[in-house]
Amino acid sequence: MPPNPLPNKERMKIQRQHMPEQDAQQRTHNFKEVNLGLPVERARQEALRCIACAKPTCMIECPVGVKVREFLDLILAEDYLGAAAKIREDNALPAITGRVCPQEDQCEGACILNKKGDSLAIGYLERFVADYEQKTGKLGLPPVARKTGKKVAIVGSGPAGLSCAGDLIQKGHEVRVFEALHELGGVLVYGIPEFRLPRDIVRQEIHNLRRMGVEFETNVVVGKTVTIDELMQNERYDAVFIATGAGLPVFLNIPGEHLVGVFSANEFLTRVNLMRGYRFPEYDEPLYDCKDKDVVVIGGGNTAMDAVRTSLRLGAKSAALLYRRSEAEMPARKEEVAHARQEGVDFQMLVNPVEFLGDEHGRLRSVRCQRMELGEPDASGRRRPVPIAGSEFTRPAALAIIAVGTTANPMIQSSTPDLKTNKWRYIEADPETQRTSKRGVFAGGDIVTGGATVILAMGAGRKAAKSVHEYLTTGSW
Amino acid sequence: MFRILETRELGRGVKMFVIEAARIARKQKPGQFVIVRLYEHGERIPLTIADSDPHEGTITLVVQGIGKTTCLLNMLEAGDSILDIVGPLGKPSEIQHYGTAVVIGGGVGTAIALPTARALRQAGNYVISILGARSRDLVILEEEVRKVSNETHICTDDGTYGRKGLVTDKLKDLLSGPYPIDYILAIGPVPMMRAVAKETKFTGVKTIVSLNSIMVDGTGMCGGCRVLVNKKNQFACVDGPEFEAEAVNFDVLTERNSAYRDKEQQALKDLLANPEHELEIIRMEMKKHFVEAISGEETSEVNHAS
Ligand SMILES: Cc1cc2nc3c(=O)[nH]c(=O)nc-3n(C[C@H](O)[C@H](O)[C@H](O)COP(=O)(O)OP(=O)(O)OC[C@H]3O[C@@H](n4cnc5c(N)ncnc54)[C@H](O)[C@@H]3O)c2cc1C
Ligand code: FES
Repeated sequence: MPPNPLPNKERMKIQRQHMPEQDAQQRTHNFKEVNLGLPVERARQEALRCIACAKPTCMIECPVGVKVREFLDLILAEDYLGAAAKIREDNALPAITGRVCPQEDQCEGACILNKKGDSLAIGYLERFVADYEQKTGKLGLPPVARKTGKKVAIVGSGPAGLSCAGDLIQKGHEVRVFEALHELGGVLVYGIPEFRLPRDIVRQEIHNLRRMGVEFETNVVVGKTVTIDELMQNERYDAVFIATGAGLPVFLNIPGEHLVGVFSANEFLTRVNLMRGYRFPEYDEPLYDCKDKDVVVIGGGNTAMDAVRTSLRLGAKSAALLYRRSEAEMPARKEEVAHARQEGVDFQMLVNPVEFLGDEHGRLRSVRCQRMELGEPDASGRRRPVPIAGSEFTRPAALAIIAVGTTANPMIQSSTPDLKTNKWRYIEADPETQRTSKRGVFAGGDIVTGGATVILAMGAGRKAAKSVHEYLTTGSW
Repeated sequence: MFRILETRELGRGVKMFVIEAARIARKQKPGQFVIVRLYEHGERIPLTIADSDPHEGTITLVVQGIGKTTCLLNMLEAGDSILDIVGPLGKPSEIQHYGTAVVIGGGVGTAIALPTARALRQAGNYVISILGARSRDLVILEEEVRKVSNETHICTDDGTYGRKGLVTDKLKDLLSGPYPIDYILAIGPVPMMRAVAKETKFTGVKTIVSLNSIMVDGTGMCGGCRVLVNKKNQFACVDGPEFEAEAVNFDVLTERNSAYRDKEQQALKDLLANPEHELEIIRMEMKKHFVEAISGEETSEVNHAS
């Protein structure tokens, strides 16, 4: 019997399953995960909806080509561990991507069911099997090949670095990950809040890598503590993969940005997520008080959503999102936008801050803004926002959090002169092999592409692993 | 984890630590700093590296107990460990043969200025050091400073040692004296650095200050350390910590440094009410990390100090 016994007509009658979630009122007072995960019957019900179309566009649109149909069949066959293993063939971090991938732009966006109704909830199902695997603790670690005697250094422990480490250790190489911060995981632990991605999930993935033999060294800023050349010459690494992300915050360069109360989203989220500032005084890192304050967040991406929703959880009196385009152009995941709205975020679209105003103690009191309208499309294809003359207004704010993007951290580039970079100081790497201009050195993830997504970073890490392995076994560059 | 090998009381509330940190010791240059996190619940704070020994694989920190973390750190002894130390961060001091260099250290700033003073002397400068403190028991490292300086002057606010008055009084004398001054480095409390900046503004003498802004990562990732220099935002952790004194907006620095004042005071009060409690937590964590490190069964990250 085929795994899915229903005829197509019946399949299409089934409604897309809703993700059970924590009540919006309740969850704005805690940092627990919003989405609770599909129970097993609902997951199976959802899997039944796939009509097994001839051209699996879901798989084609997945940046790493997860075999969606095959893992759905395994769910229907009640082989959930098998389903997880199937995903892991292409995606090393399913519990993470199941939570944070922009599915609506990828697999689910391409799903044929979209044409007639709601797409298949592929993200929910990916998360379901990954959680099942973690709950049972039965993750079968893949076998590790015989030791090759080659050493690989990986710089940065975000999704690109972690996935590269996982693949290379399986090939029998010695792998050591160097991380600047005191905790591993990159954006997954310092940026994305726990209410979207619980820390334990990332920890578990790292623990798995450790069990397979990957070594980690925190508190090493490559470029400062040790350079790439020193790693290769003095510490005898045969290859290096640079996965340092796009960690530098971009500011607006408008007057008053130095005021106390103006933060980059990176700082605000790092103090909360990495340093646990919201648990002061149990944890020592202080937070600037949000409680009963007016907070504005500037930007329209995932980072902006995370910051504004975090401020609500810290007790903000009002939490507004100022975005200079309209909602249709917002790059954030749809689900985050919906969740933010349910939680009471005030969406101020087509608004751009022009100045921060403070009091005599240098503390932020208000933001002067102007209204915008959409003009001609710009280079990105999106309609360019242009200011409306005479539309300026001031709104009160004690905190302003700037989430308009990040750029490359130049520490490695400036200490490795033979590493080619582009004009934005991102590292140049071949999109297929991830090779840089320097022999034995590879790069991938946000440090090559600029701020992108977890799945793309992970995909780059895996491509890099493949070509590092090739380089180490053939020796040819 | 980073083991403390040696400690020494330098003055009232000021303690020196020699710590195992081979990687940092190999790379440290005068003017650079580390970020320290004492234990799992700890905050990240910057501390300038006072010295390092690449052969022994050690760095030296000099710490004045002011807030919770520095007071707690000063309760640690040789044999204890610090959970996280990362560095060396920031740009090194610009060492050149300037001619006559005046190095001013206020309070614990003396310890920070010492390696730069030494490097300036080695580069062939005539080094005049001025040490400032509130009173005699806060004058630190006098002997070491005398060793690297051609001249050393001491000023105390209350006149209990050296000349009664501020470091700027001595600086004024030097500036109006017969010998030209070519370079000034001032490290210490913000009011002192501001006063030095004011004094030298119209003299045309290159004057450098080292800014102690609030930091988190120390690598340019958060922007919390930003200061207004020449009316532009600069990150003290990567663009500094040393800047030309006359370009620095000290008002903004003072305001930004007071952003968390209430909380800092609360944390310090809680610590001083029951210091044993926090010390116990730290020592328990040390044990846990040590056991994990030797059994290889770590649940959280183990740092390799070498
Ligand atoms: C708040 C926020 C929310 C996001 N939400 C989503 C989402 O919902 N979905 C999604 O797909 N994407 C999201 N993204 C984007 C996604 O997180 C990134 O694209 C992805 O993490 C990039 O991975 P990476 O491995 O290239 O780099 P990172 O995750 O940035 O990791 C780089 C690591 O390298 C370390 N490092 C940097 N320099 C050095 C050095 N010199 N030496 C040693 N270590 C160094 C850093 O400390 C860091 O740990 C979000 C980003 C942010 C900031
Ligand atoms: S301390 Fe974070 S950018 Fe300087």
